[in-house]
Amino acid sequence: MERSEQVKLLHNMMRVRRMEELCAELYTQEKIRGFLHLYSGEEAVVTGVMSLLKPRDNVMATYRDHAHALLKGVSARVILAEMYGKAQGCCQGRGGSMHLISQKDRFYGGNAIVAAGIPQAVGLALASKRLQEDRQTVCFFGEGAMAEGVFHEAMNMASLWKIPILFCCENNLYAMGTALDRSQAQTNLLKKAQAHNVETASADGMSVLDVLEKTNQALNFVKDKGQPFFLECKTYRFRSHSMFDPDLYRTKDEIKKWKERDPIESFKKYLMDEHLIIQSDVLHLEKKVEDEMQDAMEFAEQGTLAPVEELEKNLYENDL
Amino acid sequence: MKMTYREALKEGLKTALENDPRVFIIGEDIGAYGGTYAVTKDFLKIYGPEKIMDAPLSEAGFTGIALGAAIGGLRPVVEIMTVNFSLLALDQIINSAAIYRHMSAGQISVPLIIRMTTGGGRQLAAQHSNSFEGWFAHIPGIKILTPGTVEDARSSLHFALKENDPVLIFEHALLLNRSEEVGEKPLLLNPFKALVRKSGDALTVITYGGMLPKCLEAAGESEKVEVIDLRCLRPLDDETIFNSIKKTHRALIVDEGWRSGSLSAEISARIMENSFYDLDAPVERLCRKEIPVPYARHLEEAAIPGVEEIKNKIQEMLS
Repeated sequence: MERSEQVKLLHNMMRVRRMEELCAELYTQEKIRGFLHLYSGEEAVVTGVMSLLKPRDNVMATYRDHAHALLKGVSARVILAEMYGKAQGCCQGRGGSMHLISQKDRFYGGNAIVAAGIPQAVGLALASKRLQEDRQTVCFFGEGAMAEGVFHEAMNMASLWKIPILFCCENNLYAMGTALDRSQAQTNLLKKAQAHNVETASADGMSVLDVLEKTNQALNFVKDKGQPFFLECKTYRFRSHSMFDPDLYRTKDEIKKWKERDPIESFKKYLMDEHLIIQSDVLHLEKKVEDEMQDAMEFAEQGTLAPVEELEKNLYENDL
Repeated sequence: MKMTYREALKEGLKTALENDPRVFIIGEDIGAYGGTYAVTKDFLKIYGPEKIMDAPLSEAGFTGIALGAAIGGLRPVVEIMTVNFSLLALDQIINSAAIYRHMSAGQISVPLIIRMTTGGGRQLAAQHSNSFEGWFAHIPGIKILTPGTVEDARSSLHFALKENDPVLIFEHALLLNRSEEVGEKPLLLNPFKALVRKSGDALTVITYGGMLPKCLEAAGESEKVEVIDLRCLRPLDDETIFNSIKKTHRALIVDEGWRSGSLSAEISARIMENSFYDLDAPVERLCRKEIPVPYARHLEEAAIPGVEEIKNKIQEMLS
């Protein structure tokens, strides 16, 4: 891989992290309200997968969706403006943190009903296949979604009808506060997908290079065979489930151990050890990220409120 | 020529499949089996498995797939075997299909059509006899068609396909074998407006779907009774109702659904809000009894409004 591509991976992970930390600050300042689910700790997953996607590809994500929107091409400006509830947000303040949607970036959300996006992503992939469009479709969800019936329904039909789609499971070990082994009898997630005759692989979700390599293999399989693929990325969220979560269900020791495997710090160290970057490169990236996020924050601050007179618009194509 | 409601639905689907390459039908037992109500009989042979997709028993799953396909540029027509099973797909319909356009500030269009059989009257008992169309009409973001005539059954899909928003079509099970005299070509009457099916000057009967033929039969030749067929439950065509009440000063709502928190309650409230001073008597309602529909014929007949009951109520209100 080219040096510039590796640096880009680091840069993107740093963008994701900084945006999430900024969101946390803005939340405590009450600039952002509602539910806020942060992705810190899981950056390697979204960065590795998205680095292989093009603007024309379809992506479906979950309510923990800021990172996915950002790396799919939705600007930090528009994302923050949405969380500020401003008219300049991607959904003009209708969606908020959990429902970032950008049709022009083919980013379909931002779905806050666990697992509901999975069959919809299969449908998007079906449409792209039928319309012979050159698009890949990736559907992200957490391991908690795999307890939902609709996960299995969608997996079965995607396999049965040979729908080319990559299912990317972000296994962060907890469905809100319930540990995987306390909620699912089969904790080997690959077996669940395999039960539907879907090909599978597992990646180290704390290593961006491993995620990238496994995703590459997975996407090649999807393209060559025209069939679905299930990729599990084992990862961990460093913050609580949402800003309302006191994090009573995990030990400090467990969190500390995972933080020692911080995907950004470890990748930075790797790049330095390999002499691909030096400290000043890191400072340069940090500055770039900070500038982008400060600009986005100012944009959101200066945004305007959507007029209340337009509250009932956009319910139907031709408003009644 | 004579045509049955079933043939009308069939014709609508065939026309859609033949005129638009983006259209496909997805649902349980619509292909090899020929459709539970035989609406799609022989379709698999004619159009092949890409257009006629036999789905596994996964209502939420295949409704969600159709929803995604609709966003992705296709024109899926979902057949949910009966309204009762649509509850398994409620999340996809209400939490996603109905909200995407508004929540995305108009970015996402969901041209999704869902057809389902509704209503009781065939001794199928509580889990196969529900009438949930009024319930669905509670939800902003979807449109609800309830064809009550062969002509409407013939053209509802034609109009639904013109919409870029989700349209649910409720086809009443008891109407499938009904036949009517129709022209060679469908009349294509805008289904989103109510129609006065029979005019009269002393009582407005407001109804739709499976209750329409019953109300028309109960009204008979009486010049006093006007019968309005709502045809579309969302958006509701208030104007036709209010105009009729201006003339008749009395209103009876006949709805196969339950009465509590219902479509009939909604219509009654709107009449109260808009036509209070036009009324000479309180608005009345005939709805199904507030119990799960029983199996035994005499009990089921007692639970769902029938022609005699409607006739008696009309006479009572006119006397």
